[in-house]
Amino acid sequence: MLADKDRVFTNLYGFEDWRLDGARARGDWDGTKAIMAKGAAWIIEEIKESGLRGRGGAGFPAGVKWSFMPQDSKDGRPNYLVINADEGEPGTCKDRDMMRNDPHKLVEGALLASSAMNAHAAYIYIRGEFYREAENLQAAIDQAYAAGLIGPDACGSGFDFDLYLHRGAGAYICGEETALLESLEGKKGQPRLKPPFPAAAGLYGCPTTVNNVETIAVAPTILRRGAAWFAGLGRPNNTGTKVFCISGHVNEPCNVEEEMGIPLKELIEKHAGGVRGGWGNLLAVIPGGSSVPLIPKSICETVHMDFDALKDVKSGLGTAAVIVMDKSTDIIAAIARLSKFYMHESCGQCTPCREGTGWMWRVMERLVQGRAELSEIDMLLEVTTEIEGHTICALGDAAAWPIQGLIRHFRPEIEKRIETTQAAKGGRAA
Amino acid sequence: MLKVTIDGTEIEVEPGTTVLQACEQAGVEIPRFCYHDRLSIAGNCRMCLVEVAPGPPKPAASCAMPVSDGMEVKTNSEMVVKARRGVMEMLLINHPLDCPICDQGGECDLQDQALYYGLDRSRFAENKRAVSDKDFGPLIKTEMTRCIHCTRCIRFATEIAGVEELGATGRGEHMEIVTTVGKAITSEMSGNMIDLCPVGALTSKPFAFTARSWELRKAESVDVLDAVGSNIRVDTLGAEVKRILPRLNEDVNEEWISDKTRFAYDGLMRQRLDRPYVRRGGKLTAASWDEAFTAIAGRIKELDPTAVAAIAGDLCDCESMAALKDLMAALGSPHIDCRQDGAKIGRDARAAWLFNSTIAGIDAADACLIIGANPRFEAAIINTRLRGRWARGGFPIGVIGEDADLTYPTTHLGPGPETLSAVAEGRHEFCARLDDARRPMVILGSGAVARADGAAVLFAARAVAERFGCVGDDWNGFNLLQRAASRVGGMELGVLPGDGGRDVGGILAGAKSGEIGLVWLLGADEIDMTGLGDAFVVYQGHHGDAGANRADVILPGAAYTEKNATYVNTEGRVQRALAAHFPPGEAKEDWAIIRAFSAVLGKTLAYDSIDALRARMVESNAIFGALDAVVGAPWAAFGAAGDMDRAPFVATIDNFYMTDPISRASVTMARCTESLARGAEKTGTDG
Repeated sequence: MLADKDRVFTNLYGFEDWRLDGARARGDWDGTKAIMAKGAAWIIEEIKESGLRGRGGAGFPAGVKWSFMPQDSKDGRPNYLVINADEGEPGTCKDRDMMRNDPHKLVEGALLASSAMNAHAAYIYIRGEFYREAENLQAAIDQAYAAGLIGPDACGSGFDFDLYLHRGAGAYICGEETALLESLEGKKGQPRLKPPFPAAAGLYGCPTTVNNVETIAVAPTILRRGAAWFAGLGRPNNTGTKVFCISGHVNEPCNVEEEMGIPLKELIEKHAGGVRGGWGNLLAVIPGGSSVPLIPKSICETVHMDFDALKDVKSGLGTAAVIVMDKSTDIIAAIARLSKFYMHESCGQCTPCREGTGWMWRVMERLVQGRAELSEIDMLLEVTTEIEGHTICALGDAAAWPIQGLIRHFRPEIEKRIETTQAAKGGRAA
Repeated sequence: MLKVTIDGTEIEVEPGTTVLQACEQAGVEIPRFCYHDRLSIAGNCRMCLVEVAPGPPKPAASCAMPVSDGMEVKTNSEMVVKARRGVMEMLLINHPLDCPICDQGGECDLQDQALYYGLDRSRFAENKRAVSDKDFGPLIKTEMTRCIHCTRCIRFATEIAGVEELGATGRGEHMEIVTTVGKAITSEMSGNMIDLCPVGALTSKPFAFTARSWELRKAESVDVLDAVGSNIRVDTLGAEVKRILPRLNEDVNEEWISDKTRFAYDGLMRQRLDRPYVRRGGKLTAASWDEAFTAIAGRIKELDPTAVAAIAGDLCDCESMAALKDLMAALGSPHIDCRQDGAKIGRDARAAWLFNSTIAGIDAADACLIIGANPRFEAAIINTRLRGRWARGGFPIGVIGEDADLTYPTTHLGPGPETLSAVAEGRHEFCARLDDARRPMVILGSGAVARADGAAVLFAARAVAERFGCVGDDWNGFNLLQRAASRVGGMELGVLPGDGGRDVGGILAGAKSGEIGLVWLLGADEIDMTGLGDAFVVYQGHHGDAGANRADVILPGAAYTEKNATYVNTEGRVQRALAAHFPPGEAKEDWAIIRAFSAVLGKTLAYDSIDALRARMVESNAIFGALDAVVGAPWAAFGAAGDMDRAPFVATIDNFYMTDPISRASVTMARCTESLARGAEKTGTDG
């Protein structure tokens, strides 16, 4: 269990002042100038050594990502940092609490990350529904400007830095990094083709790094306490601390910062008050937000909560949004609801996702009622593979995986329902 | 050069090539819907997926993937076949599959590719989506349920046509292609979307349900409704033109044609002159060819040869103009002119009346000055090239004349000759832009040289060209933008007044005063007919327009789709059109009419086949032997120094859709006029 001294987000629950004074009391903005003075190369190397992996879901090493940015602009194009605060993954609510209760961590992180990437401007793209969070974050940005922490000659470092907050208008797809850039540029939020990647041509065609809020917000603490400290937490290749969002059929749903790699069972029992009706009442868990495949109780017994361990059980850490479902859950209906979400949020740009998400949802709806043929389970599975990997962005994969997880682990449940319905129909007919 | 292996065959390609292009170079076909050579890459249909190594273990969209050295591409692996089949299945689940009642049937990308790459049955057991149709205006019929959301139409409108009037609303399966607040598309190039649409979502409204594509007979022809000489294919069923499509010609129209070129064909079926007429007792009455010829010959014999004159109109082919010139020479009359609008251009220098830079040459220019022209209406294809050049950047465009919306931003320098003088003398701030340019171009409107002071305007424009280095060893950026398809051909043939001959103005004046007793109008409808006085008027042409109305004898000729003919476009490019069908009724090919009449007169012309006539044309001017090529014009002095009128340059075309007897007779063009050209004048209480 994570010791209190190793916590990064010390005001995650908002018990203390979120403003500048409170943040300073918690150690934020301490020695920022000195860190910047160590130079971009040092910062990037430190982040690399800390093993910090992107907290938005894909888990790409943050230091490596930062190192892709050109340090010297050969053609006059500026670099940008864009912070993805469009937290829309169902089950996920970590960035929200960070921005509401600890916004200065993000503002300071934005400055440090930008200085490492030679970006004199950074944009925070915040989900439109996060109204209060946007208020607090803007207030924090204003305070930082007033205190000379950002703006011209930020923290007295000689580095000019501007930070802008931009509110989205409520589309899940705008959390995809290139769709986010499109939206930020004022266009319809649709993912771009890659290559070119944002590091080559991102916002307004300039080199851009897009990072999750949590990735940026933990950076100052890593740089202050050292890469070794962060790397010492967790397990190899899955280091540091992570904020988990535990929701669903648990006694005390919560956000909690824990060490990477904590056993799922320990996470639920220690922090969320256990599964409703006891561990034995557990049916399945979606361990990383709606887009990752669920894992049944048998796997939940032993699995560790990190990128690699969850990948090994054909799921994923995603955003570390743990959705717990007990035995009262109609698991087919639960996944069908997610399918409806993905159909609703598909941007419509590319064929497999536009057409396939609707198809999958309609079949799922029939599976919920058992109005289907047994052979349609395999057909549905094949349809998911026709979408997975064939789309411009990862939303296609995200729509396919929950269904694949369902069929992988709960196929007998689906078959039983179809047979029951067919039997009932047959009974009436006779 | 980069080495890339495609299905085991190694080829070398230029850096920057996409995988799809590399596959094409290797002769491997990649199916696609959204990708199009001339549009930006969207990568949204996912049909072109291929397996690429090195790379992630999933297929990549070949249209958007640049080739890297040593790349290995597989286009027929199990992964690719499965991906294509999957995408095709997705495309078809919400497609209505109403091919039997779809005009795209038989030439549909979706149909073809479904055959090659799809499954033979559907596994989709749900209800299909239906989408309400949109109003794209009088030219494009929509059936939006068929749309596969490739966004080619959106990209064409935005990038090529320059009208941001199409877009997609809605998300996911509710995505729909819509026009701006439900308005019709206001582009002169909109019909090209029909060709671009890979399915039957956008089809031709006038063509709708009139024929199946495989029933049509196809003839390669050349458009005459402007002076661009767009290469077209005329599709006929029986004696009727059913539709007109573009032919690829990179030097002229690429693969586009304007809406007038494409849709005015229904005018060919209306107001046609299908038999000779002779005016008797003030009324035109049907006559035989013999009667008509006799009436004309009788009149000519009463007159002194110099009292006979001829004017060639805007749609004439070179063969008929050559024959007319020979006929007038045989008669001994010097009064002949092809410059219906009275343009002040003459024999002195070819460079004065050609689009010297060539149309493709626009791509090489780096600054442009438009003088008294509206290329959007006068030559929509050339305007599209200009827009394409502008879109690449580094192409400042100045306009002297009307400040019209040309679909790209321009700098308006001033309304008339005063500004032209200022530029010619280097007294205008735009001069700096022309000075900076290495290959500047000047586009002078044909209307600007048709004014009384046209020669002075031409002189001033030449001064501009010479001052700013528009003319050099490898570059001639001086351009006269012609509007009439016959004009350059007529000039090349020398259909101009001979020694002591009268030009159009002189002929009209002579007719009014009685000095000219007979005027032969070869398809000339754009002159002031009241100016013909009491002269005996022969109208030879195909439409009952202004000329036929005034005529004393009507000789029914063939329209451009009905004759084998030669046309020379504004660049000086000699092109051949093939007859797509026969002229209606007793109408004949025009050169043959003149040849036959010469025999009635007893002055038989020295050719009795079109080949012999063409040989004679080559003899008189070698450029007629250089088919499809542009023979450059040497730079020379032209125009005449003089004072220019202060009156501003005015638009020569106020309604793009109706400029000639064919488009004036077209119902489709009338609908366009109603809803598009005149649309702006409508008020909220209309309808």
